[in-house]
Amino acid sequence: MKKLSRAAKTDIFTYLLATAGFLAAQCIQGAGLMSSSLKGQLVPICAYVVMAISLNLTVGILGELSLGHAGFMSIGSFSGVVAAVALEPVIPAPEIRLASAMVIGAVCAGGAGILIGVPVLRLRGDYLAIVTLAFGEIVLNLTNCLYVGTDSQGLHISMLTSAEALGLASDGRVIINGPVGASGITRLSSFTAGFILILITLFIVQNLVNSRTGRAILAVRDNRISAESVGISVTKHKMIAFVLSAVLAGAAGVLFALNMNTIVPTKFNFNTSILILVFVVLGGLGKIWGSIIAAAVLTVLPEALRGFSNYRMLAYAIVLILIMLLTNSPFIKSVLGRMRVPFNGRRNT
Amino acid sequence: MNGGQTQLTPVPNVNFLPERDVGFMPILECRSLGIDFGGLTAVNDFNLAIGRMEIAGLIGPNGAGKTTVFNLLTKVYKPTRGAILLNGVDTLDKTSVQVSKMGIARTFQNIRLFVNLSVEDNVKIGLHNQIKYSEISGILRLPSYWRQEKKARDHARELLSIFDMQNLAEMKAGSLPYGAQRRLEIVRALAANPSLLLLDEPAAGMNPSETAELMDNIVKIRDTFQIAIFLIEHDMQLVMGICEGVCVVNFGNIIAKGTPNEIRNNPEVIEAYLGKGFARDFESRKH
Repeated sequence: MKKLSRAAKTDIFTYLLATAGFLAAQCIQGAGLMSSSLKGQLVPICAYVVMAISLNLTVGILGELSLGHAGFMSIGSFSGVVAAVALEPVIPAPEIRLASAMVIGAVCAGGAGILIGVPVLRLRGDYLAIVTLAFGEIVLNLTNCLYVGTDSQGLHISMLTSAEALGLASDGRVIINGPVGASGITRLSSFTAGFILILITLFIVQNLVNSRTGRAILAVRDNRISAESVGISVTKHKMIAFVLSAVLAGAAGVLFALNMNTIVPTKFNFNTSILILVFVVLGGLGKIWGSIIAAAVLTVLPEALRGFSNYRMLAYAIVLILIMLLTNSPFIKSVLGRMRVPFNGRRNT
Repeated sequence: MNGGQTQLTPVPNVNFLPERDVGFMPILECRSLGIDFGGLTAVNDFNLAIGRMEIAGLIGPNGAGKTTVFNLLTKVYKPTRGAILLNGVDTLDKTSVQVSKMGIARTFQNIRLFVNLSVEDNVKIGLHNQIKYSEISGILRLPSYWRQEKKARDHARELLSIFDMQNLAEMKAGSLPYGAQRRLEIVRALAANPSLLLLDEPAAGMNPSETAELMDNIVKIRDTFQIAIFLIEHDMQLVMGICEGVCVVNFGNIIAKGTPNEIRNNPEVIEAYLGKGFARDFESRKH
């Protein structure tokens, strides 16, 4: 058998990790051992895992700081909800409707990504962090005054002060109601759909990184000047990574929103962006499997710490700090380093 | 109508080419090239032609503007004056990426490798524009992906074997010893398929035996790939040993051009750079 490269091994490990997590959750659920609150967390975990992987593409692999990832999730969510309602008469099958809504949400978020990327990614320095920070707030404020409704004549969109401004016919239905958000959403998402989205995300991101384009993105991250000296366009490759990251965040947003009864714009605020950034940093920059574990663990953690009642967030913070200290301790690193030797067959130094 | 009143100025543009390359278009031609940084003139009136397969040297004291010339040629800086012709084509308004595609590749004085990536990946990044498959076939791993990746891998190993480095392919570039990092940078530049290779102090930090080996390799690269090589170097054994044409700069101006022999005996060069007694020392060390 052909010897697998280290990158291929890591990729396979990541797929196995995701699959193992999915199967374990299914087994526990099947055996009736899962609490109802955790059951409700399954789809959000999948959405956050996809968010973390996609943000890792921008922060870890491209090396640009993005502080408004929840903005893309928001755009994906609301366009996905609208798409799901609008497509209801055309596509009755819920699975296909979910998939179409995801594509639409992803495209909308990707469009926003292009809009930001074109001016900002030409610049050198930390401008992307500043602009994405503003972007997150802009999306939050815009969705706060966004009204969308549907009736027999089609979709109505208004940025005015109330749902009346939509001028819906008597058979009309308000889909997004400004600050109240979207309510009465048909639940289309399922844990399986979330798992499939994770697999698709892994497939896209990992294959991209191990291709010509991915190497160019890594080159741009590591040394812009020498990347240019061998004929790699810096702006183009920054755009590819950033827009793809926005696209995947949009799809994750659709998954997330179509799992809820109600979704409000303030759900996707600065705190959410930072939360996802914490997943990425804690899981390790550029480490996809790290993002998966960090997103899953840190989404479950607040639930698991329920026993601490009022001190829950305090305990959460302490656990965060402990994880950070442990993963950076030289002792643990040396132990992991020794474990890696039998795993790879030989030491590469 | 003042067309007849234009002042005609003689253009001081005396270029030398190796006899072998005279019948061909020079691979590089600089015409009155110059750049100012604010009020400081870093390079001025730089005229030089390099033959199709020439090994040319650029020498001069520290701060003379040698690396600035390289940065002008690769469009890291935009020239204030003058023109750069690559294989007869003007590179005005071209970017670094575009001139790289036109056939110019370089190494850096302070090594700029992708230190977190493997040696092989560094070379594959150099091969970026030789590998032809779209982003989509990369993500979907279509047959063209596998075909081209295999070709790229073989090509990368082949290039690494020039410096006998194919066994280091899996190593992280940053963990290589200094000399090997310099050699890897040359391999990466070669991977970009240049017709003109710029080497910025390739022998810096190398011991005499490594330098001797490097000299052989530079000549070998020129002969195998049929390209021109333009190098900055302070090691006079290397410059005098392999360069066909040598250009000496001081304070941003060319003070002498010619064969190594002419340069070695040029009083102005001895005064500005080589130091008195250089020719005598050089001869005695050679024998």
